[in-house]
Amino acid sequence: MRGDRRKRPARPGAPDSAHRVQRYGLRVAAVGYLAALLIVPVAIIFVRTFEDGLGPPIDAITSPEGRHAFWLTLVCVAVAVPLNTIFGVLAALVLVRQKFRGKAIVNTLIDLPFAISPVVIGLSLLLVYGIDGWIGGDLQEAGIKVIFSTPGMILATIFVSLPFVVRETMPVLQEVGNEQEQAASTLGASGWQTFWRITLPSIRWGVTYGVILATARALGEFGAVSVVSGRISGETETLPLFVEKQFANFDLAGAYAAAIVLALIALAVLLSMNLSRRKERSA
Amino acid sequence: MAANDATVTSPPRVGIRSPVGSEVLSRGVVTLWLSVIVLIPLAAVVEHSLQDGLGEFWEAITEPEAIAAIRLTVISSLIIVAINAAMGTLIAWVLVRDEFPGKRIVNSLIDLPFALPTIVAGLTLLALYGENSPIGVSMAYTKAAVVLALLFVTLPFVVRAVQPVLLEVDREMEEAAASLGASRRRIFRSVLLPNLTPAIVAGCALAFARALGEYGSLVLITGNVPFDTQVASVYIFGRIESDAPASAAAVSVLLLFLSVLALMALNLISKWSSRHAR
Repeated sequence: MRGDRRKRPARPGAPDSAHRVQRYGLRVAAVGYLAALLIVPVAIIFVRTFEDGLGPPIDAITSPEGRHAFWLTLVCVAVAVPLNTIFGVLAALVLVRQKFRGKAIVNTLIDLPFAISPVVIGLSLLLVYGIDGWIGGDLQEAGIKVIFSTPGMILATIFVSLPFVVRETMPVLQEVGNEQEQAASTLGASGWQTFWRITLPSIRWGVTYGVILATARALGEFGAVSVVSGRISGETETLPLFVEKQFANFDLAGAYAAAIVLALIALAVLLSMNLSRRKERSA
Repeated sequence: MAANDATVTSPPRVGIRSPVGSEVLSRGVVTLWLSVIVLIPLAAVVEHSLQDGLGEFWEAITEPEAIAAIRLTVISSLIIVAINAAMGTLIAWVLVRDEFPGKRIVNSLIDLPFALPTIVAGLTLLALYGENSPIGVSMAYTKAAVVLALLFVTLPFVVRAVQPVLLEVDREMEEAAASLGASRRRIFRSVLLPNLTPAIVAGCALAFARALGEYGSLVLITGNVPFDTQVASVYIFGRIESDAPASAAAVSVLLLFLSVLALMALNLISKWSSRHAR
């Protein structure tokens, strides 16, 4: 036994059959758990959606309501993600490269959206921008409607997807250090030039990864958007809200079809996550 | 290293040509954005919860329906933390130490719960474990469904925390223990586990905080029955809908307090355990 092990140090005790049974058992337990919790349920949704052919799901998502929900989801993402990307890169630079009082507090606060229930996020926006909120009444008088309309939904989306880019960019920024930036600026590059030519290229895969995660979260946000939207069909309904409504109205085909659209986007996100992670590692 | 020495000799702030003005500006923009998006709205929740005095706050959070919802939330979150600690570690171990066909696909599927919208997660679980379950296991509208949905959405936390640590663990320690005659269980308990504990705890902390506030995946599958399957976030949503924002805010503050407390407590445990691992 012992001699055996010395010969094959990479896999201690691999040949012994009791061990193989044990290892097989662990593998079955892990994969079985994943199958029951994750793989089979997601597969079943695909089967259920297409069991009556392609017609019903396509009808459901090409209905005016379905199309509007898809469009509104894209609008929320298209505003929230770029804003959070700019903020995220800036915040990462500030937190990694600068020293100032209160830095630890800012660093902690950025994670808050991860620790707060989406419903509480929705409520918080309601209490500021709602008709009885801190500034909602004044905005209403000025003719700006935030709650039960698109701006509120965009604010909710920004809130929930805020930390991703910062969190994915900070470690990369720490790792690359600032030696190259210093070299660039001693050679006479302006701060702006240094950022575009040196800093951004070296952190781009970290930023990309953060953007992908933020997009996934923004696309699928349900709770916060649900509170501030008022769920007016064909007006303030995003795709996730559409799924819930179709389900509540016993239109299972419609709910599954919209869910499939979201699930396919999620799978695409998953693929790009893997790709950008590999690029990050090889970069 | 050489570059670091250079910074010491060169006068401060010459290194990166960012004038003090632009530093202050960028810091200001970050603080402003964070305040407008996150801090001011949260302050409104805290203010609103205390608007009618502490008595009302206390009444709102001690309402029987609120207590039942919070108790269910906390207990289910503790249950899923325990299951995640065990299964997450096992899955991470299998993905790092074992070889089998399809392993890479399984590995990338772990992140699916992060990518999949929560409402879709609820719908998929309902398709397999709902009333018309194809395998005859109906969990819909029970407390088990709460646990199931929470397990789904928190799956990646522990796995993704443990995996990188397991990859870096020095196998020689385990081999040394084996050659000294330790059993596999003993090696796992006394050699591997102490190395993994900080990562497991960190993953559990995130899973717990996430579970406390989860909403989307629970809406469809739990039925939201008060005193039975209604979790805290669903209760808060109900209070908002029935136009009782002060009581919704009070329960929100309590929930917020619980998740911050949990994160702090687990932070301490992780510091303690990493000190004891050495």
